[in-house]
Amino acid sequence: MDATALLDSTGALLPHMTVLVTGLVILTLDLFLTPRSRYLNEVVGLIGLLVALLFTLSTTGAPRQVFMAMAVVDSLGAFFNATFLLIAALTILLSASYVRREGVSAGEYYALILFATTGFMFVAAAADLIMVFLAIETLSIATYILAGLLREDPRSQEAAFKYFMLGALSSAFFLYGIATIYGALGNTNLVSLAQALGQGDFSKLLLMGMALLIVGLGFKVAVVPFHMWAPDVYEGAPTAVTAFMTAGPKAAAFAAFLRVFFQGFATPEMVQHWAPIFAYLAALTMILGNFVAMAQQSLKRMLAYSSIAHAGYAFVALVAHNTLGASSILYYLVAYTLMSLGAFTMLMVVARREGPFYAFDDYAGLGTTHPLLAAMMALFMFALAGFPPTAGFAGKFYVFSAAVQAGYYGLALIGVLTSVVSVVYYTRVVMLMYMREPNGAPPIPRLAPTTMAVLGITVVGILYMGIFPGGVMRLAEHSVAFLFQAKM
Amino acid sequence: MIPIPHYLTVSAILFTTGAIGVLMRRNALIMLMSLELMLNAVNLSFVAYARLHQDMGGHVFVFLSITVAAAEAAVGLAILLTIFRARGTVDVDNLHLLQR
Repeated sequence: MDATALLDSTGALLPHMTVLVTGLVILTLDLFLTPRSRYLNEVVGLIGLLVALLFTLSTTGAPRQVFMAMAVVDSLGAFFNATFLLIAALTILLSASYVRREGVSAGEYYALILFATTGFMFVAAAADLIMVFLAIETLSIATYILAGLLREDPRSQEAAFKYFMLGALSSAFFLYGIATIYGALGNTNLVSLAQALGQGDFSKLLLMGMALLIVGLGFKVAVVPFHMWAPDVYEGAPTAVTAFMTAGPKAAAFAAFLRVFFQGFATPEMVQHWAPIFAYLAALTMILGNFVAMAQQSLKRMLAYSSIAHAGYAFVALVAHNTLGASSILYYLVAYTLMSLGAFTMLMVVARREGPFYAFDDYAGLGTTHPLLAAMMALFMFALAGFPPTAGFAGKFYVFSAAVQAGYYGLALIGVLTSVVSVVYYTRVVMLMYMREPNGAPPIPRLAPTTMAVLGITVVGILYMGIFPGGVMRLAEHSVAFLFQAKM
Repeated sequence: MIPIPHYLTVSAILFTTGAIGVLMRRNALIMLMSLELMLNAVNLSFVAYARLHQDMGGHVFVFLSITVAAAEAAVGLAILLTIFRARGTVDVDNLHLLQR
């Protein structure tokens, strides 16, 4: 690889480089900031993300492999980049007042968010299994630290430890899977993998490798039965980090699934092998996630199980190996990002202090004391439950139609039925807000402008994507079109 | 020369030993060591397969994986340290605040 190729490759990955450099700048800048100028951390972070978004939007053209076929620049990567940048920007906004309140050292916090985001973006740009592994590790290691950010809080320590142990265990499985596939084919590039499989190159060793990859990635998405860590970690981690974790690493793991299984193991023969496994995982995840969520006493833990259930819905689309399936995953991830970040922001606003317990009672009578906040919380809950006209409804509609289109009627049925179950626990919050008397909780102080911005963006986004789903869906379809053209 | 399948068998045994260690042992330090054992078992596999295919790629992957393992160990030990400072023990049976 000569200097020109290196420059060219770096240029192709400008969005990734921008986010990484922004993180490094914040890390250095923070040393020179006084408490009064601390807000510059957020400003620099947001500017960096905006620049990265502009670079992402300016990349066009056919898919092309860079860095000696290790990374790829294409429309799928661009869509994911935009999603990840949105997640990072919303996280920075929703953390601004939280970081001050909890006394977290802001420079490290934002730098880690940006490093994790760099990891997400590299997952979406990976063209080689080893690259998927490195990118997942980049984002995981940053999130382990984020989960344990409240060093003095035993709950945060415990969350960090559990996340680290099971995350590292899953990484080991994933790496063993890569080694096994390398052994079977002598190559780990996803495009070469698809070509080799197309020529009927096929062995038991390869299937074993694929199974190990499913285990490794399954842990990252937290599908049942690889979900044990998720409720504990989501509950124990600082709330702003939990919001980030339910959106970002999950979306990145789905990006990895799309890259590995829709681009690598995409021959009809291989699909026959993995689609049934995915169908069982999706069904189990939807059932367990929704039923256990009903029994929770803490709202934060309920949202954790809700997050597991939503991963199950997105997994349904993965089972349906078709254009609608792939594009509905992208749509669902954007929709879920907005719903989840919105709901967790409300959680932070209403709970006000990082307490041991996020009780449902905090919401009693919120409809009379704070009508606007209650209305927004109700919207988030209805969106998560999948009521029209919200993004949650449109997302589920696309996902289940993809399953029906691919002939998985039973799976679509389980999805619809478990959605009905989920209405029970989401409306519990709404009922508390509107049908119970206020319990004399102290009033919520004025919201910081950044928090209001997050709530505004998520509310408008959820309604826009729900009422006019076509816009985002067309973009998603355009982004995944090449995955299915190549085989025709 | 020792045939390559032998290396793969050793690697599989080491990996399984590591996995059992992570799942069964209650001391967080031992769990961390078992984790390293798993990653190194994979490294052995990579090198063995690289010899099998006469390809340098596998050797390079090992370097990448060692780097990742080092970073992971650093973060893992840091987390363990905060836990040890707060509780004076690294027995994972004491980590049960979050089970309800």
